[in-house]
Amino acid sequence: MAPAHEHDYDHSELSETQLRVRALETVLTEKGYVDPAALDLLIETYEKKVGPRNGARVVAKAWADPAYRARLFREATSAIAELGYAGRQGEYIVALENTRKRHNMVVCTLCSCYPWPVLGLPPVWYKSAPYRSRAVSDPRGVLKDFGVTLPPDTEIRVWDSTSEIRYLVIPMRPAGTEGWSEDRLAELVTRDSMIGTGLPKSPKDMAK
Amino acid sequence: MNGAQDMGGMHGFGPVEPESNEPVFHAEWEKRAFALTQAMPMPGQWNIDMVRFARENRNPAEYLAMSYYQRWLVALETMLKERDLVSDDEIVVGHALHPPEPVKRTLTPGDVLKVLHRGGPTERETNTAAQFKAGDRVRARNINPVTHTRLPRYVRGHVGVIERVIGCHVFPDSNARGTGENPQWLYTVRFGGRELWGPEGDPSTQVSVDAWEPYLERA
Repeated sequence: MAPAHEHDYDHSELSETQLRVRALETVLTEKGYVDPAALDLLIETYEKKVGPRNGARVVAKAWADPAYRARLFREATSAIAELGYAGRQGEYIVALENTRKRHNMVVCTLCSCYPWPVLGLPPVWYKSAPYRSRAVSDPRGVLKDFGVTLPPDTEIRVWDSTSEIRYLVIPMRPAGTEGWSEDRLAELVTRDSMIGTGLPKSPKDMAK
Repeated sequence: MNGAQDMGGMHGFGPVEPESNEPVFHAEWEKRAFALTQAMPMPGQWNIDMVRFARENRNPAEYLAMSYYQRWLVALETMLKERDLVSDDEIVVGHALHPPEPVKRTLTPGDVLKVLHRGGPTERETNTAAQFKAGDRVRARNINPVTHTRLPRYVRGHVGVIERVIGCHVFPDSNARGTGENPQWLYTVRFGGRELWGPEGDPSTQVSVDAWEPYLERA
């Protein structure tokens, strides 16, 4: 079971774990510690409602609305709460501005801290050993794994999320999007561009 | 603890392999393990730092062989068993065999969104003054506690610059041991690539960690 493929279990292991979780849930329910309906709602919330589309709204607004952008970089938690995104694993959010001179990238080397209210639950690669080990020592190499090459004179700034502060990268607005609505801009914002391992789509990508 | 969770700077794990169109969960049990982990701190009365320690506190070979939600699952079982909320025989048969322990509160469906929205704020009032200010040079202390800490090995002993005074926050090292929140000033500390990684380091890279005051000394 290589960490990079950690979801590809063989079937016996999968069913063993599946049975163990089912057993645990039954015991906890019978003892009155958990309500399965609350569990269903937790799953539905993070599967359907909370995800990177939330963060894309924040980025698109920051691109389109200079006053919002200023508030976001001054006090991101409250600026993001204006759009209704707040709470667990996003109690204190800091927005990081990507520029031509500086590219920000976020990691949690010690576990997998991630800004849930704006990005949802982290992808497997973010939680994996290859990313957590190399993001701090070889960020350009990691970016290459994602097919991203930055100019050599662009400084790379890596943020290791060791406290309860969560970081959201605000990528640069793609050229050729002058006058676009926030809805249309949000379509360009990828999850990885808000972690700093990717760039937003360009209008050309959208035309493909 | 100097466990396998502290991965920054390790070699040999290979390239990052992003999955296209990745689902939020990869198996039904991951959903349930996730939800149980989110719901149980309320009746179980444990905090996030205890949870993190329960996940990392194991043989490194075992830690590395487990997937993310497998770590969540074993940590959840550990915490339940430590508090006598569940016992091994119950997990084996898949039914409650012993009377439940009294718990203060459980998570109801009506409370889920409220509880998620409230989150778990960690900032605390203080009447102490922050010892450092933005621009100060600090050294990350060479500490090696066998208990939970949030100071990664790769910065220990290295000199960085205070980028920002964040505020006074719950101190994970104390909170994980159940010895109280012991709030401490928290800072973003920035280190140069060469300072951390020597000649192999990329001078155009800077890395920051968030570090509590007890992790730092003036340099």
